[in-house]
Amino acid sequence: MTRAEVLVIGAGPAGIAAATAAATNGSEVIVLDDNLAPGGQIWRESIAPASDGGPRQRALDALRRSGAQVLPGRSVFSAEASGVVQTLEETTSRVEEFRFDKLILATGARERFLPFPGWTLPGVLGAGGLQALVRGGYSVAGKRIVVAGTGPLLLAVAAHLAADRATIATVLEQASLQQLTPFVLSLLRDPAKLMQGASYRRKLWRTPYRTGCWVVEAVAAGNGHSLTAARITDGSTTWTEPCDLLAFGYHLVPNTQIAELLGCTLRGSFVEVDASQRTSLANVFCAGEPTGIAGLEAALVQGEIAGLVCAGRPATALHKRAAAARALGLRMEKAFALRNELRSLPHADTLVCRCEDVPFGDLEFRTGWTDAKLQTRCGMGPCQGRVCGPAVEHLLGWRPVSVRQPLSPVPLEALCMHGETTEVIHRDQGSI
Amino acid sequence: MQRFDVVIVGAGIVGSAVARECALTGWRVAVIEGATPGGGATGAGMGHLVVMDDSPAQLALTAYSRSLWQQQSPGLPKSVEYECCGTIWVAADDEEMADVHSRQRIYDNAGVPAQVLTAAELAQQEPNLRTGLAGGLLVPGDGVVYPPAAAGFYLAQAQAQGAVVFLARAASAAHGEVVLSDGTRLIADRIVLAVGAECDLLPSLPIQKRKGHLVITERYPGFLRHQLVELGYLKSAHKVTDDSVAFNIQPRQTGQLLLGSSRQYGNEDREIDADLLRQMIERAKEYMPGLERLSVLRAWTGFRAATADKLPLIGPATGLSDDPSLWLAAGFEGLGITNAPGAARLLMDAMLGRESAIDAEPYLPVRMLEPARLSHA
Amino acid sequence: MPEYVSVSINGVPNRVAPGTTVAAALLLAAQPNRISVTGQPRSPLCGMGICFECCAVVNGVPHRRTCQILCEPNMTVETDPMEFGK
Repeated sequence: MTRAEVLVIGAGPAGIAAATAAATNGSEVIVLDDNLAPGGQIWRESIAPASDGGPRQRALDALRRSGAQVLPGRSVFSAEASGVVQTLEETTSRVEEFRFDKLILATGARERFLPFPGWTLPGVLGAGGLQALVRGGYSVAGKRIVVAGTGPLLLAVAAHLAADRATIATVLEQASLQQLTPFVLSLLRDPAKLMQGASYRRKLWRTPYRTGCWVVEAVAAGNGHSLTAARITDGSTTWTEPCDLLAFGYHLVPNTQIAELLGCTLRGSFVEVDASQRTSLANVFCAGEPTGIAGLEAALVQGEIAGLVCAGRPATALHKRAAAARALGLRMEKAFALRNELRSLPHADTLVCRCEDVPFGDLEFRTGWTDAKLQTRCGMGPCQGRVCGPAVEHLLGWRPVSVRQPLSPVPLEALCMHGETTEVIHRDQGSI
Repeated sequence: MQRFDVVIVGAGIVGSAVARECALTGWRVAVIEGATPGGGATGAGMGHLVVMDDSPAQLALTAYSRSLWQQQSPGLPKSVEYECCGTIWVAADDEEMADVHSRQRIYDNAGVPAQVLTAAELAQQEPNLRTGLAGGLLVPGDGVVYPPAAAGFYLAQAQAQGAVVFLARAASAAHGEVVLSDGTRLIADRIVLAVGAECDLLPSLPIQKRKGHLVITERYPGFLRHQLVELGYLKSAHKVTDDSVAFNIQPRQTGQLLLGSSRQYGNEDREIDADLLRQMIERAKEYMPGLERLSVLRAWTGFRAATADKLPLIGPATGLSDDPSLWLAAGFEGLGITNAPGAARLLMDAMLGRESAIDAEPYLPVRMLEPARLSHA
Repeated sequence: MPEYVSVSINGVPNRVAPGTTVAAALLLAAQPNRISVTGQPRSPLCGMGICFECCAVVNGVPHRRTCQILCEPNMTVETDPMEFGK
C-alpha cells in the first residue's frame, strides 16, 4: 500500500500539468495512468518519435524534473472518497492500493460513437482510435481513408494520417458551415490556432473538407466482413465514396466514472468544480475534459490550477486563462452540436451495444436505461456502457445510471484485496 | 377510477407469473410496478431452477414448479435463455457424501431423477473442480433462466391478454382499492401483494431482507457445465442469524459464470460488503481454484425476501390481515425464480377455489399465527 | 534495440517494429481479433482501452485488450477462429 500526498489519476496534458505544479511546489505526487506511457490521447506516445520536441516534450521534461512519480499501465478499478484507490496493472495482473490526502482526477475524455448501418465492420474505427493505433505501429500508408463525424479532432486526425502517407478521400463534418462560422472566426483571432489551421491546410491541401455532410452507411465488401465504401449524404443527395478505412467520431464525452463512483456532483454530464478545480468533495479535484470538453489549453491551465491549490499555492493568476479556455470550450460545444438526422441513422438491425450485440430495434420500445439493460443486456458487457451509453443517450435520451466497481474488468482475486499486501496473480498459461 | 378483477402489486417474476395466470383465465388484470419490471430481486439473483429438499414442503413446491418450467420451456423466447444444464450438489467429504446418498433416496421418492456421482465421475463432469472432493448428487432436470427476460415474457403474455401495467408506486392497497402515487384509483375484488422484500403496504408481513452478493465473469465457454452448489449451502440458507457464505456457481448461456452466494440478516445497505465478498470468493476458490484468474465484470448485491420458516406465503392474507381482498405471493427467499410458476398456479387455485396439484396448506399465510408451525423446519 | 519483434498470430510468425502494440500487429496482418457474440468479426474501435473490441488471447490468457499490450518476443496471439471464405 502506497501513500501519496497528491494522487493524480491520468497522465494526459491535465494530469501532467497538475502533477508538475504540485510536485514542483513541494507535494509528494504520484501519477497513475492506464496507458503504456504518459501523454493521454492528444499527446500519446508514438512509435515514430515526435519531430516537434514542442509543448509535449517540454511538458514531459518538466514532469520528469518535478519529482512526481509516474506509474503507467495502472487502471483504477475502485475508489473511495475516504482516500483509497485500487489499481490493476494490466501486464502483471498485480493489484495495488494507494492512499491519498488529495486526489486530482484528470481522466480525460473518450470519443462519442453514434451507430449507423455497418459501423461494426472491420475497417471502421474511431478517428482518435485510428490515430492512436497508427501511433501504436499500424501503418496506413497507401490506404484510402474517409474521416467523418464532428469536432476539431477530425482535422487533426486527417493531418496525422496524411503524414503517414494515407490518402484522405474526404473529411466530413456534420455541422453546417453556418453553425461553425462563429467558432472559426474566434479561432482566427488566435495566432497559435491560425498557425495550426495553416499547418492542417498544408497537409490536407488536396482533401475535400465538406461541412453539413455525414456518413449514413459503411458498405461491406462481397464477403460481408470488411469495408469497401462509405455512403455519404448532405441531407439531399447521397453518394458512395470507396475507401479502405472509415475513421469516425462525434466529438468527445467526459470520463467521469471515477468521479461518479466517489460521489462527486455532476452538472449535466460533467464534473462540477469551482475556480480552484475543487469538486463537491473537499479533497477531490478535477481538471480538463471531465469538467467540460474544451481542449488542450483548458486541460493545461486547469491542471496547473489544481496542482497549485493542492500544494497550498495560490492560483488566481491563472483564472483568466482558465476562463478564456472554458469559453472556447463552450464555443466548441455550440459549433459542433449534433444535428437531428443523426438520431435516425440506425436501422432496426443496427447494433447499438457492441459487447452484447444488441440491435436498435430491441431498445427502441423500452422504458429507460435500466429497463433496456435488464431486458437486452445492453451495457452489461465489458465496456460497461462506455461506448453504448453515449449512443443510447443521444438516440433515446436515457442517461446511464449508477457506476459501480470494479470500473473495469479485474481478476476475481482482485476483489479479495483490501488493505492487504499486493500479490502477483500468475495469468500466464491457464487451463481455461 | 378503474375497475379490475385483480390488481397485482409487483412486476417481478412472481407478480408477472401471477398476472399471466390471471390473464389467461380471462380476468381483467392490472399490474403495478413502482420501479423497473424485473428490477428487484428478480434482476439481482441467479436464475436457478432447482429442486430443493430442505423440507418436504419446499421439495414439493420446487419439484412442482420446476415441472411447470419444463412444460413451458418449448414456448420460451431465446431471451429467456432457458437451459436444462442440471445441478450438481458437491460433497467435500465422506459425511457430505452420506448426505448425498440419503438425498438421492428422497429425490427418488419424490419422483425427481437424481444420480449419485463418485469422485471420479464428479471430476469427469466438472474438470475445473479441485481434486479430492468426495462426489456429488447430479439432478439433471434442474435448469437456468435469465430472470428479467422470463419476468418480461410472463408480463408480455399477460398484456397480450389485455392486462394493464401501471408504472407507478402503489401508495396504498387495501379493501379492494389500490391508490397509486399519482392519485389513480384502481378497484378490484382481489389485490395480490407480490412485492419482494418491500413491506410498506402491509407492515404485518413477516418478511425480512436477506442480503446476497453476486459476481459475474467474462465469457469462458466450457469452464463449467452444470450449476454447482456445495452441500453446505443448505446450512447457510438455514441460518436465521449470522452472516454466511456458501459456494454456488452457475454457467450462463453466454459462457459467463455467475458466482455466489452470501446471506446477511438485518443489513439494509445496498453497498457491497468487501469483507463478505472476499469470504465468498475464498470459499469458491476452495472448490474451483481456477476461478481466481478469471476476469470479473461486475459485483452487486440484492435482497431476498425471507420468512422465518423458509417457506413462501401463498394464498389469502388471512392471519396477517382481516382484509378479505388481500392475497399474498411473497417471501420466496432464494427460490423466487424456481417457484414463480408453481406459486402463481397455487394462488390461482386458491382464488378460484379449485383443487391444487400439490397440498397448498404449508404455504398459507394463516400459518404465521401458529408459533408451533414456525419451529417446524 | 532489436530491428524487429516476432510474435505468432494464430500460429503464423509476424515481424513488427519494436513499440508496436498487439492491436496494431493484428491490423497489419489484416486479422480481425475477435468474433462477437452473434458471430461478427471485430477489429479495434477506440484505440485507447475502453471499448474492448480489440480483445484477443495473448500468451494463453483470453480477454486481453491488445491495444494496451506491446508486442514482445515469442508472444503468442490467438484470435477467435473464423473462416473468411477467401
